[in-house]
Amino acid sequence: MELSGAQIVVQSLKDEGVEHVFGYPGGSVLHIYDAIFQQEDVRHVLVRHEQGATHAADGYARATGKPGVVLVTSGPGATNAVTGIATAYMDSIPMVVITGQVPSPLIGSDAFQEVDTIGITRPCVKHNFLVKRVEDLAETMKKAFHIANTGRPGPVVVDIPKDVTDPNIKVPYEYPSKVKMRSYSPVEKGHLGQIKKAVELMMGAKRPVIYSGGGVVIGDASAELTELVQKTGFPITNTLMGLGAYPGTDKQNIGMLGMHGTYEANMAMHETDVLVAIGARFDDRVTGKIAEFCPHAQIIHIDVDPASISKNVRIDIPIVGQVKSVLNDMLRILTEREMQADADALDAWWKQIESWRAVKCLEYPKSDEVIKPQFAVDTLHKVTDGGLYLTSDVGQHQMFAAQYYAFDKPRRWINSGGLGTMGFGLPAAMGVQMAHPDATVACITGEASILMCIQELATCKQYNLPLKIILLNNGYMGMVRQWQEMFYEGRYSHSYVDALPDFVELAESFGHVGMRIDKPGDLAAGFEEAFSRKDELVFIDVVVDPSENVYPMIEAGKGHHKMHLSPQQASERELA
Amino acid sequence: MRHIISILMENEAGALSRVAGLFTARGYNIESLSVAPTEDATLSRMTLVTIGDERVIEQITKQLNKLVDVVKLVDLSEGVHIEREMMMIKVRAEMGMREEIKRLSDIFRGKIIDVTDTSYVVEMTGDSSKLDSFVRAIPEELIIEVVRTGASGISRGPKALTL
Repeated sequence: MELSGAQIVVQSLKDEGVEHVFGYPGGSVLHIYDAIFQQEDVRHVLVRHEQGATHAADGYARATGKPGVVLVTSGPGATNAVTGIATAYMDSIPMVVITGQVPSPLIGSDAFQEVDTIGITRPCVKHNFLVKRVEDLAETMKKAFHIANTGRPGPVVVDIPKDVTDPNIKVPYEYPSKVKMRSYSPVEKGHLGQIKKAVELMMGAKRPVIYSGGGVVIGDASAELTELVQKTGFPITNTLMGLGAYPGTDKQNIGMLGMHGTYEANMAMHETDVLVAIGARFDDRVTGKIAEFCPHAQIIHIDVDPASISKNVRIDIPIVGQVKSVLNDMLRILTEREMQADADALDAWWKQIESWRAVKCLEYPKSDEVIKPQFAVDTLHKVTDGGLYLTSDVGQHQMFAAQYYAFDKPRRWINSGGLGTMGFGLPAAMGVQMAHPDATVACITGEASILMCIQELATCKQYNLPLKIILLNNGYMGMVRQWQEMFYEGRYSHSYVDALPDFVELAESFGHVGMRIDKPGDLAAGFEEAFSRKDELVFIDVVVDPSENVYPMIEAGKGHHKMHLSPQQASERELA
Repeated sequence: MRHIISILMENEAGALSRVAGLFTARGYNIESLSVAPTEDATLSRMTLVTIGDERVIEQITKQLNKLVDVVKLVDLSEGVHIEREMMMIKVRAEMGMREEIKRLSDIFRGKIIDVTDTSYVVEMTGDSSKLDSFVRAIPEELIIEVVRTGASGISRGPKALTL
């Protein structure tokens, strides 16, 4: 079959099994858009800003495990996509981003809408390609998908000059079924000797903790993790990215850890003697002060990326391999050798953990007058029975959602953990809804975050995406305000969001349903009504307490045992 | 600690900038860097000299290995190896100093490859510290220009960094 470059782009997407492409047309990609017009297998979703395209593809990938695909033009199309590419890179999300480029002869001449896309994206992609010959296009597309979706996943950019997609130049097309690259061969299985050593250390532990991260979600190892936790009887804490990998409502789950983690999780981290880190990367928001991190522990670290091991924290037993494969090996060894954990020690450890749990660090004051944001998330969990696909923006609402909306399944909690990108939530939710048309998808957001990609409400209208947008509106950039209150003596420099729109009218002007709830007593009924409107996007402006802060909190650079609890609880508790 | 890392990478446009970009993005030092094609036209060989403690060097080698264009690498400092760098140094050579510089150059086994009434260009090969010594041995006011290639290295014995 002979195809033009533009047709090859589209045909290779088909051959790769891609169903949705999120994009925005422009000069350099017009040939490709013309090829898209002439077929029906690959569905193009027109966003309203290229950042939205990348976040939508990202949300699609997080919800399905399949790579998200983006198509944008050169210059501003590519630069607008960079925030979304960096977001995906930080959270290891598989994505293929096709960017148009000016025609090859013009490259380097400062042509109209020219930018060095390869150079600009290089530090925030897993890899990128500039395709110079149409003959190389099919193989490059194959490589891009292969790299994006294997090993530690990540975004790959394919930059294609306009002349390479010329409809008049046709070349023989065959999509490679396999690709072999001598410089890229990600590890599959972990080293058995290391795994045995790890299992022995775990079984001898007196105060073990399993600390699992986004790698378990991305690596589809939730079932294996759950089996390991239940078989060993160990407590488990999840990172922000790992929520849902182990059921959030189960007793062995001691909650999220880190800066806004639970008291019991952080205290357990401080006292543990054997830490089992699985698909987690010891981010600074998790570790706090490195010198005071897990001071009594020997640390086992399972990760597919060797560079993650001993990057921030020195590891005693590293295991490089796919989390799923390593956990299966661990489970097999546990069964074969009939190994048992130290039951007495574990019993005493759980008693200790229960005493920390009894502090009830997530309790918050109830009010009949004003809606507490925690109460809003609690109510959302009750009304939806914990069954949502929930995307989030960045800030206080994100932390409240992570703390109060317990996820029992992986790929349900979709947020920008690493880069912390405001504006992520709404377009990401579009991607999730595209992937799962029958699922209930909601976006929890703040009035500052939502305005960063508000234009995507038009995309939602065009494609009838019945999202539920839950805006926790406190009139402030809440997390910025919280830090200014705590560390800048209440000088609220530019954290007040003045001149806000009327969000109900705004939603309605885009053709959606708008609702406002400002009484705690109306919340449950309001949510119920919103979620009963199955075919409409409902934008719920929830007016919440403007002064509420996220607790517990560990200040940046402090140890796990130095947590602030909420003022209602012991004002500040310090256990050494 | 000074480490000398040898890298085989795909001879692709942009491969060099990936390595250089990695070092700036992660705050690692590059003392010197030299790169040229090998007998296999699809491969380039890069020699990179860097300074860092054991942890930093471990991260550097892991992060380099993670680059898709990097095929293979070895930290030559981990074993016995030979290191060479080439230098061309242009010096003022007038009156009595002409003889003196010729003698110094001979002691360091350098070659004078360009001569004028007032100057020499001396070519010299050796490990980086030998070249440093020669530069120090020449009176500073006589040095007109110094050009160095940066170190390249190879391990001793039959073992090799090849595919």
